[in-house]
Amino acid sequence: MRNPLSKTITQIEPSGIRKFFDIVAEMKDAISLGVGEPDFDTPWHIREEGIYALEKGRTFYTSNAGLMELRVEICNYLDRKLGLKYSPKEEIMVTVGGSEAIDVALRAMLDPGDEVIIPQPSYVSYLPCTKLAGGTPVIVELKAEDKFKLTEEALKAAITPKTKVLILPFPNNPTGAIMNYKELEKIAKIVIDNDIYVISDEIYSELTYNGIHASIAQIDGMKERTIVINGFSKAYAMTGWRLGYAAGPHIIMEQMIKIHQYAIMCAPTNSQFAAVDALKNGDEDVARMVEAYNQRRRYLIHTFNRIGMECFEPEGAFYVFPSIRRFGMTSDEFATRLLMEEKVAIVPGTAFGNCGEGFLRVSYAYSLDNLKIALGRIEAFVNRLDIKL
Amino acid sequence: MIREKILSILEKNSRIDLKDVAILLGESEVDVANAVAELEKEKIICGYHTLINWDKTSEEKVTALIEVKVTPQRGLGFDSIAERLYKFEEVHAVYLMSGGFDFTVIIEGKTMKSVAQFVSEKLAPLDAVLSTSTHFVLKKYKDHGTVLDEETKDERMLVTP
Repeated sequence: MRNPLSKTITQIEPSGIRKFFDIVAEMKDAISLGVGEPDFDTPWHIREEGIYALEKGRTFYTSNAGLMELRVEICNYLDRKLGLKYSPKEEIMVTVGGSEAIDVALRAMLDPGDEVIIPQPSYVSYLPCTKLAGGTPVIVELKAEDKFKLTEEALKAAITPKTKVLILPFPNNPTGAIMNYKELEKIAKIVIDNDIYVISDEIYSELTYNGIHASIAQIDGMKERTIVINGFSKAYAMTGWRLGYAAGPHIIMEQMIKIHQYAIMCAPTNSQFAAVDALKNGDEDVARMVEAYNQRRRYLIHTFNRIGMECFEPEGAFYVFPSIRRFGMTSDEFATRLLMEEKVAIVPGTAFGNCGEGFLRVSYAYSLDNLKIALGRIEAFVNRLDIKL
Repeated sequence: MIREKILSILEKNSRIDLKDVAILLGESEVDVANAVAELEKEKIICGYHTLINWDKTSEEKVTALIEVKVTPQRGLGFDSIAERLYKFEEVHAVYLMSGGFDFTVIIEGKTMKSVAQFVSEKLAPLDAVLSTSTHFVLKKYKDHGTVLDEETKDERMLVTP
């Protein structure tokens, strides 16, 4: 028989998280700090709206770009939060999670040989999606000493005449780093000078702790070269509803909708109805969840620093990224031993790129009680290591 | 602002260590302790109670909500009547209401008979009371923002990107 598989797909490595997940799944009674989704349930009034849509028999397709009512609310939201004005008819599409938007945006913009600058550590899908779209990924390694922000020097060094797209993953999973307006201005200048497009993945935009989120699309000259990606998963605890969106120039959105139309048709209809309510009436829920995350964040930073695991202050998302360098182990070894010896599952930083070596991604999408138990075990583990050192 | 944040933490868990409250809010322990002392002094924090689901114990208890209509007294309004109501030990809570009646009085007694006795012998005969309407609680599902019999289980996958 002939090999049924495509070379492109077989050459893509499975996600590092997948490997770790398989080990964790074997362990019974392990405590996990490894999830990338909120521990809150979707607020009841939003769920209720989804149930109502089902009761009413709203089980049809929507238009490819999504319910017009939802697109209008998305535009209102982007205007209210960022002062960005988009046309609901021409510049917004509703997608199956932010992930689909990333994939579709890359496929709409890349030709073979086009280079995509991907800062790492970052979410696991940028690199494989770039390859699947025929592009060439160019990795920029973010550094702890820069607070895991993208610097001008690092960006300039990565640019070649073939550079077409820059992915901006802030607030960042896994580091919790953010980029403020001033820092984005410097990046924007380089982007404009080199005629590059930006895919700005702002899925964690609501989860910032020292001031409000800034988008590169707010900077003069950037809106016309930026695809803003966001969604409902993190802000409204709606991961399972699979709903995100992209906002950008009509000329790109038009082609993105074409791909979406053939591959997906439309995002889940009852999720879309629920999302309308999330945008209209969800601000208080978001504020309540952000306050809870912020308290846990402070607790984790405090505790990691106390037990001697150096931890820079993450200002967004729901992760802290403590360093394990002083223990002379790889992230993988540390995470595996912690799992075996103390039954705590934490994702090694390397799952998010090679430069995540020496770090762990610790999620605080858990109750405080849960975090306390887990941190107690980590402390016991670290104390044992310290005795041997 | 910090006072409100302390309050909302304590409202959910009054047994939390103030040291932990300080860490959670990014404040010093002394500031938090001082703020709590002030809140107690100002009677903003009125007590540290425990939410108990008595239904699960062998203790017999009945709760009744009584709608009470009264004639307010000249010069004193409702407050003096409220005082006469809440001084009874059986009375768990007294609220002044808008709408069709004046007070909601929540009574806890050992038996329905004892509650009935209280209403007919103590509450109804009060001069100011025009009428009462007693409703017995059959089952408590949620109290003080807490679902009483809820089992929460984390069904998320253990590791996700």
